[in-house]
Amino acid sequence: MSKERIKIAPEMFDIMPEEYQDLVERATYGKDGRGWKDIGTSKELIEEHSLCAGCPESMAFRYILASLPAPEDTVMVGSTGCTSLVFPHVGVHNIHSLFGNQNAIASGLKRALSVRFPGQVKDVVVLAGDGATVDIGLDMTLQAWFRQEKFTTICFDNELYANTGGQESGLMQKGFVAKMAPVGKTFEKVKLPEIARESGCHYVVNCTVSKPNLVEKVIKNAIHVAREIGPTYLQLYTPCILEIGKNSMEGLQEMRDSEKPTERFAYREYVSDQAKELLTELAAKEKERKAAAKKQLAGKA
Amino acid sequence: MATQSLVGTKNRVGQVVADPWKMLHEAERTPCFFTGSEVIKEAIRRANCDVMIAYPITPQSEAAALIGELFAEGFIGDYFRGESEFAVMSQCAGAAFGGARVFTTTAGPGTMRAMENFPMWAGARLPIQMIVTCRGINSPLSIQPDTLEISYLLNTGMLVWHAETAQDFYDWILKGYMVAEEPDVHLPLALCCDGFFVTHTKDVVNLTPVDMCLPPYDPYRSPVPCMDMECPPVRMMRDPFVMKSNYISYATHASWQQEVWAAIERSRKHAIRWLDGLIEVDKPDADILIVSSGTAVSQGREAQSLLAEDGIEVGIVKIKVLRPWPGDEIREATKHAKHIIVPEFNVTGWLAKEIRATITDADRVYAGPHVCGGMTMPPEVIAADIKKHLGIKSESLAGRGS
Repeated sequence: MSKERIKIAPEMFDIMPEEYQDLVERATYGKDGRGWKDIGTSKELIEEHSLCAGCPESMAFRYILASLPAPEDTVMVGSTGCTSLVFPHVGVHNIHSLFGNQNAIASGLKRALSVRFPGQVKDVVVLAGDGATVDIGLDMTLQAWFRQEKFTTICFDNELYANTGGQESGLMQKGFVAKMAPVGKTFEKVKLPEIARESGCHYVVNCTVSKPNLVEKVIKNAIHVAREIGPTYLQLYTPCILEIGKNSMEGLQEMRDSEKPTERFAYREYVSDQAKELLTELAAKEKERKAAAKKQLAGKA
Repeated sequence: MATQSLVGTKNRVGQVVADPWKMLHEAERTPCFFTGSEVIKEAIRRANCDVMIAYPITPQSEAAALIGELFAEGFIGDYFRGESEFAVMSQCAGAAFGGARVFTTTAGPGTMRAMENFPMWAGARLPIQMIVTCRGINSPLSIQPDTLEISYLLNTGMLVWHAETAQDFYDWILKGYMVAEEPDVHLPLALCCDGFFVTHTKDVVNLTPVDMCLPPYDPYRSPVPCMDMECPPVRMMRDPFVMKSNYISYATHASWQQEVWAAIERSRKHAIRWLDGLIEVDKPDADILIVSSGTAVSQGREAQSLLAEDGIEVGIVKIKVLRPWPGDEIREATKHAKHIIVPEFNVTGWLAKEIRATITDADRVYAGPHVCGGMTMPPEVIAADIKKHLGIKSESLAGRGS
């Protein structure tokens, strides 16, 4: 999409909603090297959110949207859950259809966009909760990977069904007492990152969203690898503070505690050889771009 | 209209984009002796389809695989086998959200497995075309024809058409896209037929020229934005949607559901034009009318001939379109009839119930005969039921007692 397409006719400018005026004037569609540092200095692609106060998902949403390498040509696919309350406020096209079918929707979508826009960048990014990704939608999650569909799957792992009130999910820890697990969950947390690797994902990361620069890096890597090579998977811990008995201010600490080296969200990644090659190449280009920008800035000064 | 401006240009395999009305009504036809499955392939060859997604289930597997051959020949933009009907219908939705003309086929248990998708397709205004080659859905398992699954589709918000013959099928696949993709309709179409009877038997079908195809789908002639980031990403839902209780949310949802059904109604004028009416009537002045859809109509015609030999005149009403429901047409066609016989290939008689709810003096309707689970419907059975209903004694049929 050209940025021209969101421009407002000058005669109409003042009657458009302020948020839309902002989107036209200060959004970062098409900006080279956009990232989390744009937050606060430009128009974000998320307007407001309707999640609980202090919900780590809202942080994750902001970091992810700031990090999309080409939001002007990105379509996101969600699923039912807390995330589906946020997507209506997001400034990229996004699809909610049913619960759990997100990777099937994304498969059809990516193929349609490839048929309609051959040779052009059209990124597809799935963002769904752990119930959608691992329980009800597991077959479609895996089958999209088996087929080497070229899109990124992001799972917001809060280790339970948050939107329906905190029921047991496959990504819940063993022993956790929850609704529908009245004597504690009896089986281990599903090892989806490992399964993703074995299912053909070329870039897999398991981490929390405590560090915006890390989120930016893995989002960009995952989307570039999906665009050029094949499926990628990110499992991001976005704890449901409400259902684990924490307060609004405690989400960040909960993530920090859970990413310690011995904990279940210690940073882990898998990168296929093909993806390593691509990422090395992209890193070199990015370095060149930054050096050139610096030089240009120095020249101006 | 963007699609019309493309008439005369060539598509990806060199077919000439035709004016669809001329292609289907005026272009020279070539008779071919094909199975129904082959006819589906030939229609899709001329449909300028972008994406087809397949899954094996009898009796549609052959058609779905034949369309794979079309993909290999370059006639379809993309094609793959999904992992289940539920997934396939979601993949079709994804492709349609992305602005593709989409085609798929399913049958029986596959239709049921995919069911959650259909109201979503309608609500999302995705003009996907799905062929339903009806078969048994209940246990014990049957792969034979049975139209029960159509009754489940009637309230999904999809357009539902019921083809009788392979020729219907050929024409209606192509015409179906023209109706479903109209901006004031823009709804999915379930084009149903009775499995095996239509899919696996050969018939003479008159095909349009192979070097002509429909204009491509224009995803911007739509009541909703195409999800391709080629138009402004307006935040369509400014309020927390669906779940949170507020009056605006409820009102929005209620009015949208009403709009889907209004769009079905708006398809009526297009379907009447393209299909030459929603019903077809033979001998409307007869006291006895056989009213049905699908191959039950063909069997009704045979029964009509048998009864004519006994001096009993019977008329036929073939219902082509089930959604929108041709209520006015049926009321008009049956106004003189004393006896309305509704033979059906299912155990519940859903079509007879719809007709009863439509006409005055509903006790004129005789619901039956019904065959189900894959049984055939010999015309003798229809003729015998009509005679029984009229109080005329007839020879008992084998196995039916008397």
